[in-house]
Amino acid sequence: MAVTFDTMAGPDMSAFLRRSDDGRASLELLVTGARCAGCISKIEREMAGLAGVENARLNLSTGRLALGLRDANVDPGRIIAALGRLGYPATPYDPGAALVQRDREGRRLILALAIAGFGAMNAMMFSVPIWAGLFDQELGPATRSMMMWMSAAVGAPCAIFAGMPFFQSAWRSLRAGRANMDVPITVGVILTLAISFSETVLNGRDAYFDAAVSLLFLLLIGRWLDHVLRAKARSAAGDLLALQAPVACIVDGAGRERSIPLGDVQAGDVLRVRPGERIPVDAMLEDGEALLDNSLLTGESAPERVGPGQLCRAGAVNISGLLTLRASARSEDSTLAAIARLVDAGAQSRSRYVQLADRAAALYVPVVHAAALATFAGGWALGLDPREALLRAVAVLIITCPCALGLAVPAVQVVASARLFRRGVLVKSGAALERLAEIDHVVFDKTGVLTEGRPALVGASPTIIALAAPLARASSHPMARAVARAAGEGPLATEVVEHTGLGVEGLIDGRRARLGRAAFVGVPTLRSGETELWFGFEGESKVRLQFSDVLRTDAGATIAALRARGITIEILSGDQGGAVGGVADAVGVASWRAGLMPEEKAQAIDSLAAEGRKVLMIGDGLNDAAALARAHAAIAPGTALAASQNAADLVLTGDALMAVVEAIDVARSARRRALENFGFAALYNLVAAPAAMIGLVNPFVAALAMSGSSLVVTLNALRVRAPR
Amino acid sequence: MNIILLLAPFSVLLGLFAVGAFVWSLRSGQYDDVQGAAARILIDDMDPDVPGPGGGTDP
Repeated sequence: MAVTFDTMAGPDMSAFLRRSDDGRASLELLVTGARCAGCISKIEREMAGLAGVENARLNLSTGRLALGLRDANVDPGRIIAALGRLGYPATPYDPGAALVQRDREGRRLILALAIAGFGAMNAMMFSVPIWAGLFDQELGPATRSMMMWMSAAVGAPCAIFAGMPFFQSAWRSLRAGRANMDVPITVGVILTLAISFSETVLNGRDAYFDAAVSLLFLLLIGRWLDHVLRAKARSAAGDLLALQAPVACIVDGAGRERSIPLGDVQAGDVLRVRPGERIPVDAMLEDGEALLDNSLLTGESAPERVGPGQLCRAGAVNISGLLTLRASARSEDSTLAAIARLVDAGAQSRSRYVQLADRAAALYVPVVHAAALATFAGGWALGLDPREALLRAVAVLIITCPCALGLAVPAVQVVASARLFRRGVLVKSGAALERLAEIDHVVFDKTGVLTEGRPALVGASPTIIALAAPLARASSHPMARAVARAAGEGPLATEVVEHTGLGVEGLIDGRRARLGRAAFVGVPTLRSGETELWFGFEGESKVRLQFSDVLRTDAGATIAALRARGITIEILSGDQGGAVGGVADAVGVASWRAGLMPEEKAQAIDSLAAEGRKVLMIGDGLNDAAALARAHAAIAPGTALAASQNAADLVLTGDALMAVVEAIDVARSARRRALENFGFAALYNLVAAPAAMIGLVNPFVAALAMSGSSLVVTLNALRVRAPR
Repeated sequence: MNIILLLAPFSVLLGLFAVGAFVWSLRSGQYDDVQGAAARILIDDMDPDVPGPGGGTDP
């Protein structure tokens, strides 16, 4: 069967259109490569010029292109092809997945932040005259009372509204029998409000409404930063996965091809998989013959040849040949999903890790509450008026309230992950950075991590490459692509026909030539390896092109850099011993194991953990997913399968392996900054708490001390080391 | 002194107005694409939807 590949004749993707009631439709695409104003205008102008497209708007921050279509008969494939011609590869976005993106928690936090900001500023406005009164400026008791009432009217409702996220979290934590950082915040804020209110009623001197609201304002900044960090990482990770395999191409009864979202594939559907595409679900091969790249599933670098009647597993990449398969399982029931369940089990063990901030809270909460109680009891016993003793106890609570503590960690983590994001490392959560800073042992997977994970040409002379290149450029076969990469830009062969599973034939300068398997090119040979191509002009002698999975260029440097940081290294691979040993020798790693099953990898990680090692696992394959989930910290390259990316804490979006070293450096630097911040907060409390106990603190001092300490902590966070 | 009774609530009202404006800008998606907004100002061709000189033409 001879197939010519035409990108224009893509399958039908109308399943991704969202229809509205008035007959119009909309479509969301994820566009890669758009970076500047020129890209926006180019894409939007071109899209608006297409027939049937009413409007187009590109979101540069998220890379999503929203298209309004006149009716549902517009073919998304045509739009995607047009974007491809402009140089921006695009993928349709599953409308179901897009709707889930609504960020309810973020909206609530930003609203609370806005209210707290308003309350802090306006309560402060009434506080300034009261403070002036404290310093013997002219302020009559009636005016002061009025100011305090106004401060209460503005501050109290704002504090109650803005404090809700903390109150709810504290309540949840108390019901679970633990005390997190939100418990002292809640106790502090509620007590402060109550005392300030009674002082206002009793015509007292000290009302802390402004302090309570600005405390919440500062804490909400920390909370919001933490939320933005996680939301951004989540949506970026989602985009990476959406680019991978969101669609499956099914063939309906009439023989027409249609693209449908992966989740809609049913067992028994007939699927078509083109060369270079991934097998969407476990399926039985009905027609066609091809090489399958199982490297992401098993770690094996040599491709497997499959014929009709054989089972093809989800996640394998079809290297050559057009395949027709019958789905034997739905997406959720496929091999991929089975591994994903293994990952879930591992992830639970990791959730036992207690974050730095919570560890600090566990120390801090009892100490502060004991100090406040001691102030009240001690003050009363030493002959203070009970009301004065209570005021001092509240002053202790409010001045030690963990403003700096609440900001100390999120500010550092946001700065660190923003730095790493620019270097092509996606941090999925703040806790991930903390765990990464602790690691002392790295376990590498081989295929796709230390090596490129795709075939590269080895030992061919430039003349031969240049001769074969015109034909290679016309083919989509990975080995031919490797030849084209080696040759660079150049002319294309004409009259090209690609023979599925055999090779490609065409005219170079008027001479007929073939590139492909030995038999196809016309070489009588018994050795027909899967890692070689033959090339020759008709009637002339043929040459052999050898391929292998080559090392990443920076693999050796990365391992040397890790060693220099006192980290031990090991390679665990599912590939055969010879291939693994060769790579281990090349990068200079003495300890390696080959031929491991996924469970054996996970067990190896567990036994290292039992020895007390903090293990970082770096892997891309499905066979690594369980190990990734069990390891203390885990990194997956952006080319990894969905399950592995989900199991990893960090995802490398770039090509360089050296990013691993940068991530560890930044994580360690972030940990140092966070500890410094805790140290500063402790020092501040050591000075402030005794001052509050002996009654030196008034509302003015409290406001000054709180904002000052938060500022210092935030500035220190900005010192997180930038990767070189 | 009575002027405080007028000015203080007025200033709070002004503050509330600012909060309202912020919430409105948030709800209407002004912060959905911050990078895009910064880049769009550099696009100098005319918006075809805007009538007037140059409207509807490419540069």
